[in-house]
Amino acid sequence: MSKNASIDPTPQDLGFFSRIAHPGHFLLWSKHWLMPLTIISVALLLFGTYLAFFNSPADYQQGDTVRIMYVHVPNAWLSQFCYAVMVMASVGSLVWRHPLADVSAKAAAPLGATFTAVALATGALWGAPTWGTFWEWDGRMTSTLVMLFIYLGIIALWRTFEDQARAGRIIAVITLVGAINIPIIKFSVEWWNTLHQPASVFRPDGPTMPMSILLPLFVMFFGFSFLFLLLHFISMRAEILRRRVRALERRNAQRLREQHA
Amino acid sequence: MRAFWAVVKRDIKLATRIGGDAMTVLLFYVMVGAIMPFAIGPDKVLLAKLGPAIIWISALLSLLLALDRLFRTDHEDGSLIAMSQAPLPLEMIVTAKILAHWLTNALPLIAATPLLAILLNLDAGQTLLVIFTLLIGTPALVCFGAIGAAVTVTIKRGGLIAPILILPLSIPTLIFGVSALSTGAIETAASSALLFLAGFTLLALVFTPFATALALKMGAE
Repeated sequence: MSKNASIDPTPQDLGFFSRIAHPGHFLLWSKHWLMPLTIISVALLLFGTYLAFFNSPADYQQGDTVRIMYVHVPNAWLSQFCYAVMVMASVGSLVWRHPLADVSAKAAAPLGATFTAVALATGALWGAPTWGTFWEWDGRMTSTLVMLFIYLGIIALWRTFEDQARAGRIIAVITLVGAINIPIIKFSVEWWNTLHQPASVFRPDGPTMPMSILLPLFVMFFGFSFLFLLLHFISMRAEILRRRVRALERRNAQRLREQHA
Repeated sequence: MRAFWAVVKRDIKLATRIGGDAMTVLLFYVMVGAIMPFAIGPDKVLLAKLGPAIIWISALLSLLLALDRLFRTDHEDGSLIAMSQAPLPLEMIVTAKILAHWLTNALPLIAATPLLAILLNLDAGQTLLVIFTLLIGTPALVCFGAIGAAVTVTIKRGGLIAPILILPLSIPTLIFGVSALSTGAIETAASSALLFLAGFTLLALVFTPFATALALKMGAE
């Protein structure tokens, strides 16, 4: 396929979003974002790691193990943020039937699963010295585990469909059903058993943590968020290219069959 | 409404005549419940304590097993497409099919629960409570199962994919269903769990037919 054919020129009278969301245009403009995003996320993560190790106090009870928090909390936040991205993309697939929305939802699922798994793993490693156990059936850990199961189920569903365009719309339905259910699951699991510490960063009366802990936490949070954005762009680009390769292979197979017929 | 009941009757007929295997689910339910003591041991006190949970898990697994039949055959022989062209909205048809599925799959399980209760050494009061919570909770399980069945109906080799999607969504039902059975000091928690269970089922009854119909429409395109 020539370069011109791969990037259908979009009529300029289309709206801003239609133009940037066209898969071909997305491939063009997102290419220029990869390097800056890489630099920003690496810089933030390095700076955050430095702050976490050398410029934040050890906890008077937990000692140095409290530093696990700087990886654990951003990942736990992102594990839910990824699902929010998938929900927005699903609305896009159902309402506007946008192909890029399907791609976005599909690319976000493995990332969300990974962030959730990292949050669980770091939580377990943190729990071993402080709570004395790797796993405790407490509300938040359990609902994070359920979240991981939901991500894995959605990934498995993506893998079973052959027609990815149809898969996008059907999976959008189950993603939205999951979005309605996740708060209910969270509530029911917490009702079932609660041991976790209550929320301590976002509270009406202000955070309960000192600045020396909050600063590395926020730096790491933004570092991981930019990392998510970067990885999301990369896997969306890979998915668009993968679909193009498949389309080309099909066309090629068709041509071969016609030649032999 | 006549069309609605016609769909219910049709599905019940299909499930109870030759080729429809509503009884297999019942058999599976009793067998899963009866096989647990072989793993746990014949300790009657322990079994009585675990009994309600065993019954709920058996019901959950049996309903998951049955769920594939909800739309699969109708999708394969084309009657689902025919039904979606009917003047009755697809959401209502889905509700009718869910109702028929519950009557032919969940209700026999609930009827057979006393048998399992005897095997698991539950007393009469506990047995009645389990039956009561199953009556309230199983509609929610079938409703969420319907979404899973609709999402996977176009996949030829779906296999285990629908249960994998549905199991996490069944957790609230399971939690409230089993919590409603706890007795003693947390009796007030038990009654609020029962109310939550009922509320969750009502919520499921209201919104799952729409989600199921939407998934079916998206799959049919």
